[in-house]
Amino acid sequence: MMKSIQSMFKFFGGVHPDYNKDLARDRAIEAIPLPKTLVVSMSQHLGRPAVCCVKPGEHVARGQLIGTRDGLISVAVHAPAAGTVKAVEPRPGAAGAWADAVVLETDEDQAATPEVRMPPLDGRAATRDEVLARIADAGICGMGGAGFPTAVKLTPRVDRGCEILILNGAECEPYLAADDRVMRERADRIRAGVEILQRILGGPSVRIAVEANKPEAIAALEQAFAGIEGDVAVVVLPVLYPQGSEKHLIYSVTGRSVAPGALPSSVGCIVENVATIAAVADAVLDGVPLTARVTTVSGDGIAQPRNVLAPVGTSYADLVAFCGGEKPGVRKVVSGGTMMGLTVPNLDIPTTKTTSGLLLLTEARVFQYASSPCINCGRCIRACPMRLNPAALSRAVESDDIAAAEALGVMNCVECGACAFGCPAYRSITHHCRRAKNAIRARAAARKN
Amino acid sequence: MTPILTATLIIAAVGALAALALAVADKYLAVKEDPRIGLVTAALPGANCGGCGFAGCGAYARALVDGTAAPGACTAADAACAAEIGRILGVAAEATEKRVALVLCCGTRSEAVRIGDYNGLCDCSAAHATAGGDKGCRFGCLGYGACANVCPRNAIRIEDGLAAVDKRLCIGCGKCVAACPRKLIRLVPAKATVHVLCNNPLRGPEVNKVCGVGCMGCHLCEKNAGGKEAGHFAFEGFLARVNYDNPPTDAQLVAKCPRHCIREDAHYETGK
Amino acid sequence: MLPKQTRTRYILSSSPHAHAPGSVSGIMLDVIVALLPALCCAVHFFGWRALLLTGTCIASCLVTEACCRLAMKRENTVGDLSAVLTGLLLAFNLPPDLPLWMAVVGGVFAIGVAKQVFGGLGYNPFNPALAARAFMLVSFSEAMTAWSSNGLWKAAAGYAAGDAVTTATPLQYLKSVGTAAWAKLPAADQALDFGSVSFLKAAFFGNVNGCLGEVCALALLLGAAYLLVRRVITWHIPVAFIGTVAAFAFFRYGMDLSALKLAEAHVLSGGVVLGACFMATDYVTSPATAKGKLVFGCGCGLVTMLIRTQGAFPEGVSFAILVMNAFTPLISRWTQPKPFGAK
Repeated sequence: MMKSIQSMFKFFGGVHPDYNKDLARDRAIEAIPLPKTLVVSMSQHLGRPAVCCVKPGEHVARGQLIGTRDGLISVAVHAPAAGTVKAVEPRPGAAGAWADAVVLETDEDQAATPEVRMPPLDGRAATRDEVLARIADAGICGMGGAGFPTAVKLTPRVDRGCEILILNGAECEPYLAADDRVMRERADRIRAGVEILQRILGGPSVRIAVEANKPEAIAALEQAFAGIEGDVAVVVLPVLYPQGSEKHLIYSVTGRSVAPGALPSSVGCIVENVATIAAVADAVLDGVPLTARVTTVSGDGIAQPRNVLAPVGTSYADLVAFCGGEKPGVRKVVSGGTMMGLTVPNLDIPTTKTTSGLLLLTEARVFQYASSPCINCGRCIRACPMRLNPAALSRAVESDDIAAAEALGVMNCVECGACAFGCPAYRSITHHCRRAKNAIRARAAARKN
Repeated sequence: MTPILTATLIIAAVGALAALALAVADKYLAVKEDPRIGLVTAALPGANCGGCGFAGCGAYARALVDGTAAPGACTAADAACAAEIGRILGVAAEATEKRVALVLCCGTRSEAVRIGDYNGLCDCSAAHATAGGDKGCRFGCLGYGACANVCPRNAIRIEDGLAAVDKRLCIGCGKCVAACPRKLIRLVPAKATVHVLCNNPLRGPEVNKVCGVGCMGCHLCEKNAGGKEAGHFAFEGFLARVNYDNPPTDAQLVAKCPRHCIREDAHYETGK
Repeated sequence: MLPKQTRTRYILSSSPHAHAPGSVSGIMLDVIVALLPALCCAVHFFGWRALLLTGTCIASCLVTEACCRLAMKRENTVGDLSAVLTGLLLAFNLPPDLPLWMAVVGGVFAIGVAKQVFGGLGYNPFNPALAARAFMLVSFSEAMTAWSSNGLWKAAAGYAAGDAVTTATPLQYLKSVGTAAWAKLPAADQALDFGSVSFLKAAFFGNVNGCLGEVCALALLLGAAYLLVRRVITWHIPVAFIGTVAAFAFFRYGMDLSALKLAEAHVLSGGVVLGACFMATDYVTSPATAKGKLVFGCGCGLVTMLIRTQGAFPEGVSFAILVMNAFTPLISRWTQPKPFGAK
C-alpha cells in the first residue's frame, strides 16, 4: 500500500456548501448508448478554437481528426464516433458563445468503419518529445474545468523544472462525482499515466490530492499505486471549497504560495486533473485520442442521478433522457458544479471535453440575487481564498469604478463564488468581479490596438 | 470704542494687503495662455463627451489652438458653432455632417422572445456574458441600459426591454456605440429618416423563431425603393441595411415592410 | 407579435448557484434576540416604563423609515428589521424616565437624519442610534441626564438604606476620583470600595443606575455570546474595546490592586459592554477586516477613557464610537488584506 498523508496546510477562507454528492457518488460510471447526433464544437476549451478540417457530407471514422490546432493555446478535436458530417455551422456552447461545430450523424453500425488510432508508444521507452507530441495530437486538455492544453502545461517556460506533480482529485464542487468514480474505477490507468509523466518530467515527487470525503477513492488509489517507484503519496485534504482551485491546491499540498499573476510552474509545481492523467495513459499507451468523458448528471430535478460516460458532443437533452428525464419544476440547468458552473437556457447544448457536470435544480434549490446594498458584514472577506476584499470590489464595480476595482486586485479573482455564497444581502459579487475583469481585459485589448 | 476701531483697522489692513498680493500675483505669476483657448472652449458645446477623442472641451480647444487637432472632430458642434470656431482660429471650418446614434433593433419584450429569466446585474455586458444573454435573438438589444447609463445627454430611453435614442438630444459622441456588447448601435447621418431596425443576418425561419419583427431578408424594401440599381439598401446575409450614403426617403417603406422592422424617425419621439 | 414559445424558461444567472442560509433580516433578528435578556433586565429594574420607552423608540424608527423610503421613491426596507434594531439600541441608550416625545424625536433623527439621508442601510457613516443619542444629549441635556431615583446603587454599594451617595451613577463617581471634587466628598463615600464583591456583583448583575441597556452586564454578555456562536459578530471589536478600557484604567490609576478594581469598575459601568458588543460592532460603520476591527476597537477604548478622564462628560462610549466611525473608511483603507501569494 502506498502511504497516504494528511494535508498540513490550510488556505485562508473558503466555504462549506451543501455537497449533495450522495446523489451520484455511489453510482458506477455508465456509458450512454451512442446518440444519433453529436455536435462537436471546435471550441472545446479556453484558447483559440480548432480549425475544422472536414466538410459537410464527408464520412468520418471514430478517432479521426476533424479539427486542427490553431496556435499554441489550442487543442485538436477528433470524431467521437463514426458517422457522416451533416453540417459545419455555428452552434452555442455552455457559456453562450457561438462557435463552429461539426454536426455528426452517427452510424448505426459503428463496427463497419474501423476506428482510427495512433500507434501505441512504449510507456517506458518513449522520449519526452514523443510523449508531448502524442498528448497534443490526442487533443488532451485539462478535464477539470478550464481545459488548458495539457501538452503546453507540461512544458512550462519557467525553467525551474517540475519538482512536484500534483494530481487534482479534490473535486470540491457540490454534486460532482465524476473524478471520484474515475479514481475508484480507473486507478490503474491513472497509475499508468503517472508513470509516463514521472519519466518525462524528470522524476518529480507525485502527490495525489483527494478530499477526505472520498475514502473509497483514496483506498483504490493506495491499492493501485502500491509499489510504484519514486516519491508518490496520496494527500488527504480537509473538505473545504475551493480546495480544487489550482493555487489553493498547491498550497494545501506543499505549503508553497503562487504569487499573484504567476503560474504554478514558478513554484516548481504542475497540477493535472486525475481524468486528464488517465486520458494521457489512453493516448500514449493505446493511441486513443480524447473523445469522451464522464459527466455527473445530478440535482434534485433529475429522475436518476448518474455518472455518465458520454462522447464529446452529446447534447444535454440526451444525457437527461438517459438519466430518467427531467422532473417537473426545474428552474435552473447548470453546466458544471453549483459554485462555478454556467447556467444554460435550454438542453440543446453539447458536452465538451470539460463538461464535468450537468445539474437540474428545482425551485427548492434555487435562490434569487438581489440588488441590495452591501452592509459591510465582512463574510465575503472572511471567505475569499485569494484574500481580496470582495465587498469593496463589488461596491466599486456597482459605481462603475473599474479603475478602483483593478487597484483592489480584482484580476487575482478566480471567480470561485465563495464571496457571493455567504452574502446575506444576496448581492451578485462574483458577477461584479467578472464584469470588472472583462472590462479590464477589453480595455487592455483596445489599448494594444 | 478704541478696541472696535483697532479691530476694524487691522481687518481692513489685512484685506488691503491680501488684495495687493493677489493683484501682484495676477500680474507677475499669471500663467500665460493663448486667449483663443478660452474663446474656443466657450464656443464649443460644452458637453465634455469625449466624442472628439479628447478629454473634454477644454482639451480639444487647446489642441485646436496648438494645431494638433483638426476642426470638425466635434460631433456635437452644429454649423454655427463650427463657423465661430473657424472665425476664432482664422481657418475655414465646415461642420461635419451631424450624426446621431441609432439602435438597430426594434424587438421589445412584446415582440421578441426571451429564452431565459435573467437574474443578475442590470447591465447589458453582464447579461451578455451570462449564457449569451436572455434574448432569443443573439444579435438583438438586451435592454438592460448599458447605453442609457453612459449617455451624457440622457438621450436613450429603455422601454419594454428595448433601447431607443432620442435624435433631438443625441450629440453623436459615440459612447453608446462602445458600450453596447452586441455592437448594434451605429452612428448614422441625422438627415436620414427611414431605418431598418434589425441586426440579425440569419435566414427568415431562424429569425422568425426568436422575433416577430426581425428582418427576414425578403428584399421587398429594395424593390419598393427602386430596386438594386437605386442603391438605397445593401444586404448582409438575410438582413437589409440602409445605405446611409444614399438613404431612402420614402416613408411608405415603413408600411410596406411585412415585418414592420422599417421605422421612421417619428419612432423616436413617440416611442411607437 | 411574439412567436410561440414552446418551452418554459430557466433562470440564467452568474455563478455561484448555491447560497448559505441567512439574510440581512436574519442577522438583525439574531441581534434583537441577543438584546432580549438585557431588555428583560431593564424591565425588571425600571418597570414597565422601560418597555414603553423601547416600544416608542422602535415605533418611531419604523414609521420614519417607511415615510422616508416613500418620500425618496425607493423600495420599503422596513422588512430588513434594521430600523427595529436601531430603535431597540436607541432605547437602551436612554434613561428610563425620558419623556416619550423626546424618544420619538430621537427615533426620527436616528433613521431620518443619520441613516436614510445617506441612502439607507449600508450607506450611513455613523451609528444611527448613537448619532441620535448625541443629538439628544445636546438638545435635551437635562432630561437625558436625569437618572432614576431607584437608588439601588446605594444599597448595593454596602450602605444601609437612608444613606445617600451624592453622585447619581458610578461613572460620575469614577470621574471624580483623584480630582478636587473627590476631596470634597464625605469620607465614607471616598472609602467606597470598588473591589467589594457587592459592588462588582451589582454592576455585573444590575443593581446600578444608568440608561436602560447598560445596567446589567451579565445579560449583555449572554447576548454577546449568542452572537459569537451564531457568527454574527467576531471577537475582535469587543475584546479590543474592553481590553483597551481596562488597560488604560489600570495604567492610569497606578497599576496596583486598587487600579485593577477601578479598571473593572470602568469596564462594568457606563455602557462599555453595551457599546463594545452591540454598538461598535455595527457592520456598516466599522471596518470589515480583522485587523481593522482590532484597530477600531482599541481606538474606541482609548477615546472612551480619554473622554472619561480628561473630557467634560462622565461618559464617553457613545462619543468614542462616533469618532471612530468617522475613521472607519481610513482604517479600512489601511488594513486591506494582502492578496494570496503576495509578498
